[in-house]
Amino acid sequence: MSDSIADVLSTKIAERILKQPNRVIKPEEPLISSGLIDSFSLVDLALIVEDEFGVRIDDSELNADTFDTLDALVKLIESRK
Amino acid sequence: MRNFTTTLKNHYDTHPDRTSLVVQLAGKEDQSISYRDLLRGSAGWASLYREHNIQPGEVVILIMQHSVELVYAYWGAVLHGAIPSILPYLTEKLSPERYREDLASLVDISQPAAIVTFPEFEAEVRSALHKGDSVRAVILTGQDIPVDPDFSTLGGMQRQPEEIVLLQHSSGTTGLQKGIALSHKSVFNQLDTYSARLKVNPEDDVIVSWLPLYHDMGLIACYLMPILYGIKLVIMSPFDWVRAPYRLLQSVTRYRGTLSWLPNFAYVFCAEKIRDRDLEGVDLSSWRAVTNCSEPVRILAHEKFAERFAAFGLKKDALVTSYAMAENTFAVTQSGVGVPVTVDLVDREAVQTEWEARPASDGRDALRMLSSGRPISNTQVRIFDKNGKPMPERKIGEVGIQSDCMLTGFYHRDDLTKKAFIDGWYLTGDYGYVADGELYVTGRKKDLIIVGGKNIYPADLEHLAMEVKGVHPGRVVAFGVFNEESGTEEVVIVSEVDVDDPAEKEAIANEIRRVVTRGSAVALRHVYLVPAKWIIKTSSGKTARPANREKYLKEMASK
Repeated sequence: MSDSIADVLSTKIAERILKQPNRVIKPEEPLISSGLIDSFSLVDLALIVEDEFGVRIDDSELNADTFDTLDALVKLIESRK
Repeated sequence: MRNFTTTLKNHYDTHPDRTSLVVQLAGKEDQSISYRDLLRGSAGWASLYREHNIQPGEVVILIMQHSVELVYAYWGAVLHGAIPSILPYLTEKLSPERYREDLASLVDISQPAAIVTFPEFEAEVRSALHKGDSVRAVILTGQDIPVDPDFSTLGGMQRQPEEIVLLQHSSGTTGLQKGIALSHKSVFNQLDTYSARLKVNPEDDVIVSWLPLYHDMGLIACYLMPILYGIKLVIMSPFDWVRAPYRLLQSVTRYRGTLSWLPNFAYVFCAEKIRDRDLEGVDLSSWRAVTNCSEPVRILAHEKFAERFAAFGLKKDALVTSYAMAENTFAVTQSGVGVPVTVDLVDREAVQTEWEARPASDGRDALRMLSSGRPISNTQVRIFDKNGKPMPERKIGEVGIQSDCMLTGFYHRDDLTKKAFIDGWYLTGDYGYVADGELYVTGRKKDLIIVGGKNIYPADLEHLAMEVKGVHPGRVVAFGVFNEESGTEEVVIVSEVDVDDPAEKEAIANEIRRVVTRGSAVALRHVYLVPAKWIIKTSSGKTARPANREKYLKEMASK
């Protein structure tokens, strides 16, 4: 299961946020602290997670302390499914 | 005498219990601050500055997150007669090394006597300082004790109207080296005029803002104006807003907000990224003017916003526009409050090839230009051709302005100040035309990129990109391309590289994205790698940004 969550996230982030459809995001790659997902795109990320997995991420959780990698985000999603 | 301090004293004397501002922070109770609270809290800071031997007329830099402390530290500097300037806080993505370098270069030019920050940021600030620089004190929050102000001893009471009251910087190396210095008198001349144009009534009006205070729109319209003119201000953190844009609408509902200011992209952002469940109970009927300002204004953004929020009581005529710049303190123009913004249908081809905004005839491809309104009454606008000759209505040229609220100068940069004025006119670097007395901004002469209302200097981005291995000095160019969908400009970097291997090229492109994103206020998405000799240079060997932008757009269109 977790593989497919990571795959879906990687694809959607690459397409909708990075606008580089071929970009593959590694599980350990920093997302927020690196600026790969900038502050204007955090809401998009929350929308992607909710639309794809039915899991809500509160706006107070949209920061690198809560999750900064795909791995951590997948864990967060799994814990709430 | 009328200055910032005597004005605050009047509020304190006549209505100490009136709410001056409500500070909102996600996850915390809203904190309501009366004029008594404001003056007492700020007087505590004024004492602190005095204890640190900061003199009236010296610069105090504030590096603080959105907080009540920031408000008190700012007005404390004013009461003391010092010159405050708010700088952006280090964001999660920005590299600490870059921040340090930028701060060090700001210290070199603006020569602050003190820097105020939170204890957790002290080490960062100190690492940018060195022996022999101007900074005599790094003052940390948590030491101030509110006191009743003793106006007979406050240095701010003696500040003359012509003296500098504040500095304003925009981000990046270039922006930080160009502090805009404003006098008490300029700020009052601007705000007397501007508040009259907006028909502000302190008894009824409530300003709701999420804008950062290191930017003119947030600082002048949504911070100084309400506090100096006794208008209630509800202020939230830009960090909270960008993660939860619905907060703005909920605050307007809760506090019956009447006035707000937004950059163009924020209309689209709110329209597209707020879920219905976050709009429950939202009522925007109190909003009488939401001013679109600080980046190119577009009719599409207004349409998206109006359509999304009409069902929540938004009045269509509440959406208005302004053309503003920190050099004029703030507003140059403002469209009429309570009336629809004029939309001018002009012939697209004539705009592009003849530099004329000719009304579109039937069947011709029309450009829908959104008016920025008429000049406010203390500001004159004139359009100049490239030889400095004034142009008639509907001819496109450079926008020049003249007013009694211009900057005193770029702080400690007399060289730049001198260059900015020609025969008493300030040339803005923007292109536009006037029709029926209203200003329409069509483009930009200066090499500035505006992303989400933030001013970005392309030279800063190019220097960052040159740090990447495989990118060579002078062979990289940065420019902005307007994206109608998102309502703002996107940054594009074109770089010549000597490799052909796709994987190697991809690695260079990603490294450019990373370095520029970590070193600047933008998140870079678009990198276009090209072979040697692609980039167009002027005859003097400089990179011609507009020409390269045209070439890039042409290649993209043919792909």
